[in-house]
Amino acid sequence: MANNPQDIDTGSWLRPAGILPPLLAGALFVWFATMIPPIAALDTLRFVWNWVPSLGINLSFFIDGLSLTFSLLISGIGILVFLYASKYMQGHVHFARFMLFIVLFMLSMLGLVLADNLLTLFVFWELTTITSYLLIGFEHTISKARRNALQALLVTGTGGLALLAGFILIGTVAETFELSEIRAQGSVLIDSTLYLPILILFLAGTFTKSAQFPMHFWLPNAMAAPTPVSAYLHSATMVKAGIYLMARMHPSLGGTEVWLWTLTVFGAVTAVFASVLALKQTDLKQALAYTTLMALGTLTLFLAGDVSYAITAAMTFLLVHCFYKAALFLVVGIIDHETGTRDIHMLGGLARAMPVTCLAAGLAALSMAGFPPFLGFIGKELKYAGALAMQSEPYLVAGAVLVSNALMFAVAGIVSFSPFWRRHLAEGLTAHEAPWQMLAGPLILAACGAVFGIYPSLAAEILVNPGVVAIAGSDVKTHELKLWEGINPPLILSLATFVLGVLIYNFHRRLREWITGVAQHLISFDRGWDQVLEGLKGFAIWQTQIVQSGYLRRYLFLIFFTLSIGLAGMIWWRGPILPTLEWPMLLVKHWVVIVLIVAGSMLTLTTSSRVAAIAGLGAAGIGVALIFIIFGAPDVAITQLLVDTLVVVLFASAALKLPFLEPTGRKLRRPLDAILALSVGTIISLIMLIVTDGPVDRSLTTYFEEASWTEAFGRNIVNVILVDFRALDTFGEIAVVVIAALGAYAILKGRQTA
Amino acid sequence: MEAMLSVLVGILSAAAVYLMLAPNLLRFLFGLILISNAVNLAIFASGRLTEAAAPIIPEGAEVPISNVANALPQALVLTAIVISFGLFAFALVLIFRAYEKLGTLDLNEMRAAKHEEHSQ
Repeated sequence: MANNPQDIDTGSWLRPAGILPPLLAGALFVWFATMIPPIAALDTLRFVWNWVPSLGINLSFFIDGLSLTFSLLISGIGILVFLYASKYMQGHVHFARFMLFIVLFMLSMLGLVLADNLLTLFVFWELTTITSYLLIGFEHTISKARRNALQALLVTGTGGLALLAGFILIGTVAETFELSEIRAQGSVLIDSTLYLPILILFLAGTFTKSAQFPMHFWLPNAMAAPTPVSAYLHSATMVKAGIYLMARMHPSLGGTEVWLWTLTVFGAVTAVFASVLALKQTDLKQALAYTTLMALGTLTLFLAGDVSYAITAAMTFLLVHCFYKAALFLVVGIIDHETGTRDIHMLGGLARAMPVTCLAAGLAALSMAGFPPFLGFIGKELKYAGALAMQSEPYLVAGAVLVSNALMFAVAGIVSFSPFWRRHLAEGLTAHEAPWQMLAGPLILAACGAVFGIYPSLAAEILVNPGVVAIAGSDVKTHELKLWEGINPPLILSLATFVLGVLIYNFHRRLREWITGVAQHLISFDRGWDQVLEGLKGFAIWQTQIVQSGYLRRYLFLIFFTLSIGLAGMIWWRGPILPTLEWPMLLVKHWVVIVLIVAGSMLTLTTSSRVAAIAGLGAAGIGVALIFIIFGAPDVAITQLLVDTLVVVLFASAALKLPFLEPTGRKLRRPLDAILALSVGTIISLIMLIVTDGPVDRSLTTYFEEASWTEAFGRNIVNVILVDFRALDTFGEIAVVVIAALGAYAILKGRQTA
Repeated sequence: MEAMLSVLVGILSAAAVYLMLAPNLLRFLFGLILISNAVNLAIFASGRLTEAAAPIIPEGAEVPISNVANALPQALVLTAIVISFGLFAFALVLIFRAYEKLGTLDLNEMRAAKHEEHSQ
């Protein structure tokens, strides 16, 4: 471990960077706690600041049962994690930076759960992605940490983009971005024809964030972060963002067959898949990471339904999971910190050396395994009750829950029983108890699991029921949380879980070998991700080599080719509107001008003499000026003549120092270029004919004609437009010419000094 | 006359594109000037043509009394002429410098020379 802080243990934790974060989280926690009474009475609070009112983006925040429950968990667990981190990371060179990142992460997460505006929510959503990237890759000297951080960023960031698209679709359907208003509209999103695209984009965002199979692989890799981050990331924050959003949008998007089945299938597969893999891990942190996946799968599974039992189960399990997962991660952090390893093969007999840690680990694990009287037991009972009440396939869901719960039971044993009570510590390792700052977190969190289990009505009133009402509506019957519900199917399933769990625990070594053997033959999503990235890079190199030749001529060829194809396509798409060609009555002066221009450009085109080419250009320019004179544009004609003269003079003076042109020869040497040039010319002619054939909109001209004298007091309308109506444009034009002149001067100046 | 001008713009554009695709940078510059002229004529023609009546309000009147030429495209073309001149002048200096440095105006040779410089 590169972040082994005791090696560089300098400075006290009693520094601003150490004590301010827990105090901030504490203040927020207290502030949220004052809102418990009104929210428990099913009231809601809303704060609005206008941000970009023209786009319907407000900094609006909404507090109801669901967001308050999350806010309390985020800030409450925040206090303990920050306190823990202030000791765990003490002496790290970038201690203050770490604390800043994790506080920013908490604030983004709070913003996310409190936001009432979809776009505000998205901003906070992305902020959690960015801050978690900084936290996962915190040990930036380790390439694995950088790689895993980038993976998390790309996976959740891609999902975020899908989510944004979904939000915009929701906004166009509901004509508002305010979540509370969207909820008030009832089933407007579900009835919309855009429901399916919205749902797909929405779930793409929430599934990647909440690490549902098959986008789960980034979460175990996020273990590269320092342990306090893992504890925080896995319990109350980050991965719960997707769960929160699914719960938040449940009233507006849920309740359909698609919602029910998609969430059921993804949730169940994730839960079972993850809990099997959890058994395989020998690193304590990795084992816990996979149980987080299992929890996320279970939560998704229960958010699939809209029966109140399922929602109550989801909310209760959310609490259960937050408490035990944060506690166990912190315990693993302590073990790692005090012994220097997290390998279960090397750990044992820690109970004697670390009694308090052992107590916390035991309490948390009992809740995780679902023993009474812990909250975990109630959560498990509710899960079974909820599963049996599901509208989809109750037995399948109950089966999936049973398997994952039994595996959870076993993992709880592996993580918190084996290291403390089995055998002895590997040679060369010593263990001692952690300081109080690090013990407070796991102890309090584990105790929460017990206290809320013994007094379930407390949890129900403050945290669970307001959340359930927020998801399922105030007319649903909320369920009382009880330890003893009598002998019923959930209790029988619970007993089955214990039996199965004990069996798995006893044979877990053999099972692990077997799973490891099987897993080697399965595709690895983690490696698959790397291959996708490699493929993307390979494609980028390939297409750059094709498109970016580095030859100006090829770029120009492509540009003109695209232009002609595009314009030709447009003409074709518009239909064959052939302009009514009236051969105009041309006077001699017209013919003179036309011949002058055509002859001038042909001379430039064919000659190999520099002087002849410049003369041809001059002639063509004068021809254009004559056109301006003939058709009532004396100002333009004067400018054109002036510029034409300047061009000839400049060219002539420069060309004397430039080489002769190579002869063009009689034979056409660039047939492909000629074909392209001719087709561009033809198409432009066609477009011009179509354009001039139609009616002309002179409303702007009429305005300028009327306002020129009456408002701007100028008689030359063209001049008035330039210096008055479009004065800023003219100013910009002058600036361009000045910059070009300065640039030219600098280039010529550089020549002399070089 | 608009129809005639449309054909003229097409001819100018075709000549300009062919010149711009040439390997010699001087020809590219010729093409740049021609295509500016073509675009200016296109803008001018799309505002329709009115012979011999400049958009000027006579003394004593508040609006033009007769049917005058469209003032708007004229203003746009005026700006465009000046801007394209700036572009031309800068491109000329750039090409001039490139020739001094690399001793060629041929794009293919220039690229080869640049590669040599890199590899050294």
